[in-house]
Amino acid sequence: MSPQLRSSPTPDGAAILRLERLSRSFAVGDQLVHALDGVDLDIAAGEYISLMGPSGSGKSTLLNILGLLDRPTSGEYWLAGEQTSTMSDDRLADTRQRAIGFVFQFFHLIHRMTAVENVELPLMLAGVPMAERRSRAREVLRRMGLEARIDHRSNQLSGGERQRVAIARAVVMQPRILLADEPTGNLDSVSGGEVVRIVEALHDEGLTLIVVTHDQAIGSRAHRRLLMRDGKIVQDLSG
Amino acid sequence: MKRADRHRMAFGALARTPLRTAMLLLATAIGVAAVLVLTALGEAARLYIAGEFQSLGTDLLVVMPGRTETTGAGAGMMSGATPRDITLDDARALLRSAAIETVAPVVVGESSVSVGSLERDVTIMGTTASYATIRHWTMASGEFLPDVDMERESPVCVIGSTIGRELFRGEPPVGRWLRVGDRRCRVAGLLAKQGVSVMVDVDTVVMIPVAMAQSLFNSAGLFRVLVQARSRDAMPAAKRFVLATFRARHHGEEDVTVVTQDAVLKTFDGILGALTLALAGIAAVSLLVAGVLIMNVMLVAVSQRTQEIGLLKALGARRSQVLALFLTEALYLALLGALAGVLLGFAGIWLLGGLYPDFTFRPPVWAVAGAVAISMACGMLFGILPARRAARLDPVAALARR
Repeated sequence: MSPQLRSSPTPDGAAILRLERLSRSFAVGDQLVHALDGVDLDIAAGEYISLMGPSGSGKSTLLNILGLLDRPTSGEYWLAGEQTSTMSDDRLADTRQRAIGFVFQFFHLIHRMTAVENVELPLMLAGVPMAERRSRAREVLRRMGLEARIDHRSNQLSGGERQRVAIARAVVMQPRILLADEPTGNLDSVSGGEVVRIVEALHDEGLTLIVVTHDQAIGSRAHRRLLMRDGKIVQDLSG
Repeated sequence: MKRADRHRMAFGALARTPLRTAMLLLATAIGVAAVLVLTALGEAARLYIAGEFQSLGTDLLVVMPGRTETTGAGAGMMSGATPRDITLDDARALLRSAAIETVAPVVVGESSVSVGSLERDVTIMGTTASYATIRHWTMASGEFLPDVDMERESPVCVIGSTIGRELFRGEPPVGRWLRVGDRRCRVAGLLAKQGVSVMVDVDTVVMIPVAMAQSLFNSAGLFRVLVQARSRDAMPAAKRFVLATFRARHHGEEDVTVVTQDAVLKTFDGILGALTLALAGIAAVSLLVAGVLIMNVMLVAVSQRTQEIGLLKALGARRSQVLALFLTEALYLALLGALAGVLLGFAGIWLLGGLYPDFTFRPPVWAVAGAVAISMACGMLFGILPARRAARLDPVAALARR
């Protein structure tokens, strides 16, 4: 792993994510669907971005490519100055592990594990020893206000609590980028508000935050708001 | 990912679905247990036969009239018609060797025996006192044939326990008279129950002095001569002496066959060893079936856990890590199944031992090790396909599934 990925956000606002004429197409039957169609985008370290648009506009595809879960059909994606198209599968996995945190609409907790075990998962995959990862996971859960829930299994937790466990899991590796795909989509407004407050607090500490959402109220809180339609970014508002 | 963590995680996944895990363990266990029990059966047969021959003594040579080209229980065995008979003098001549402890000439025939009005046809064996020594026989009462010159036709006999019971109706037979063919003899002793020894039911035999048997069946030739060497080491010398003696006495012709117990034993050993192997092979098929079952259930597990796999990949798990995780699970199933199978197998063998105490049921070490190894290999082999499928899952598609 290149050292600059682990360093703190650069103060000069140099692009941490850079997309050049990025396209992604899928074959559906005998038709080629262009989910992303020549997207150019620069995102500086520490930005807070919302990504909105109708269903099928390509925002989830974009998020997946930013998160290295998917690869573009053409175009280039530079992550912290590194070209991702030449990365091996293992390199992509390692980069995902250290640089990127994911939060999903449906939480994706492993039910047989307790809250703290779920948060420990990325640390475990990274080979962090038991004692260290337990204390790190506890610490993050404490910050999420889940101290009392540490040893509960995920099916004993409320929706809001589950999402907070998932956020703890996403940030326990101290990534520079947090990608959230409809993080409040499956929550009531109170829990949703709580989740938004937490991720915004993480952003305040320097995390680059990218949120895909349908919710206008949440989307408008971001400092930079991207609107997508038919695989293209059609609006890019700041301030 | 640390190895301990991988094991913990694989174990956790198995523990989450106890019924599925138990069923798979049972399938593997039955396969392993089958190998153990079947090979134990084969081994029991082999050990039984080996024991039978061992009871004859490993320092025993059997001299048969006639020359056979092959060793082992050959053609000369049953035919009395040979160019030259083995005579009592031939047998006596063998005693001159320092390598030979004792010899027992044997004549075998069928005759009717009777006590009063009770009569039955039995196997008559003519021999000398040495025979009981060679065969390590014990008496229930009385004594064996008297240790006198081979040529003497003392009117005595020794009877097997079944004959004793049936002809004398529970009365003590020793000292009573018995009619054998057209002769009468006094019962000198009653053999202790011997059971079937080397496929002859000793309990239904009547034994008389060898000279008497010769005149009863009107034959000068001997059926066999049992030769006991001084020790196992003296066997080659004894065999050489036997052949040399017969060559000298039969005008330079080596017209006898000398069989060692070892040769016969080896033949049986080979046959029964092959049988055990065949049984093991049949049982191993059930292990293969268990392997296929593991594969199927692991494939189902992979599709059930698609989301979890997608998540692991999103969290930075490499393909090799996902592969290792599912292979570990398959290996756990195979290993635990094999251990359960070994326990089950030994329980079954213990049960068999209780039912048939005469046999020694003990699976050969290679069968135990082989069964465990094969089940591990099956788990590995059949675990690869599902594990590869898991490792290759597209994380986006995997996470999208609800």
